[in-house]
Amino acid sequence: MSYDVNGTAVEHDEEGYITNLGDWTEDLAGIIASAEEITMNEEHWEVVNFLRSYYEEYQIAPAVRVLIKAIKKSMGPEIGNNKYMYELFPYGPAKQACKIAGLPKPTGCI
Amino acid sequence: MATLHTVNKSPFGASALQSCLNHAKDGDAILMFEDGVYGAAQGTIIADAVAAKSGSLSLYVLKGDADARGIADARLIEGVTPVDYAGFVELAASHDRTNNWL
Amino acid sequence: MEDNIKKFLYVNRKAPYGTIYALEALEVVLIGAAFDQDVSLAFLDDGVFQLVKGQNTDGIGVKNFSPTFRALGDYEVTKFYVEKESLEERGLTADDLQEIMYEDEDDDYAEKPSIRLVNRAEMADMMAEQDVVLSF
Repeated sequence: MSYDVNGTAVEHDEEGYITNLGDWTEDLAGIIASAEEITMNEEHWEVVNFLRSYYEEYQIAPAVRVLIKAIKKSMGPEIGNNKYMYELFPYGPAKQACKIAGLPKPTGCI
Repeated sequence: MATLHTVNKSPFGASALQSCLNHAKDGDAILMFEDGVYGAAQGTIIADAVAAKSGSLSLYVLKGDADARGIADARLIEGVTPVDYAGFVELAASHDRTNNWL
Repeated sequence: MEDNIKKFLYVNRKAPYGTIYALEALEVVLIGAAFDQDVSLAFLDDGVFQLVKGQNTDGIGVKNFSPTFRALGDYEVTKFYVEKESLEERGLTADDLQEIMYEDEDDDYAEKPSIRLVNRAEMADMMAEQDVVLSF
């Protein structure tokens, strides 16, 4: 199973998470988002970029409540709240945003 | 508020039994099983340290594991009580928590 | 709900990469954090090696999970009890450990250290106060 990024195949697992974290590009993010029926806007990118830097620093994808708390702290309560985050990522901010960010499925995600 | 400590590693290859002896509180119990039963035998380099605790701690060995390794009841350190699996379960049930020294 | 909160202790006694124990413990801590219990971590014997700073696993092809300890504050896991005797036996001091901080929500989000050095007797006392002890 793979995504087609301008002719290059990028492998993913059965749930759509990419196999090699190093394969991630912004183009790929857009393609994964389309598969999730999400059109990336500035707010989506803020969350995705936040997740990538969180992973870079701590080597884990945060659980959803941790993600929302951390976003609230760094970007304020207008973005960092449950309602807004689920509007951006209807099938779950941690799950969908992590997939788009090229990260593994969050630990403890059921 | 006593703890049941379990040790399943040989004291000659791992620090589990020594560390357990260092952290067990008076009134606690230690059950040695699997390769941990070597810690219950007389005449070893750690036997004195185990025997020294037989007053303040309750010491048990899982008889099936000791027998399997050729450690007869007569070779157990004085104060070590052999128990069967049912005895193991009773010990777990009668203590407030179990701390497994792996 | 307060009545349902139990004291959970995760005991870490193994070095980080030679066996899977340390990584498994960390994953269980992360998953268990969803249950809002009163969580403590104990690091003794070779477990203190998990917190040593400057780990670089590039040469062995496994993930360096030591940075993840610094994320545990976000999961409200803020009590890391590290045994002094175990450090000393291994030629280590507190300065050899990475800095792990958490924000205290009850104190205007003040940054506080998560690592608490305890001696062997204090470690034993802390273990004896737990409702559940999970060992790795």
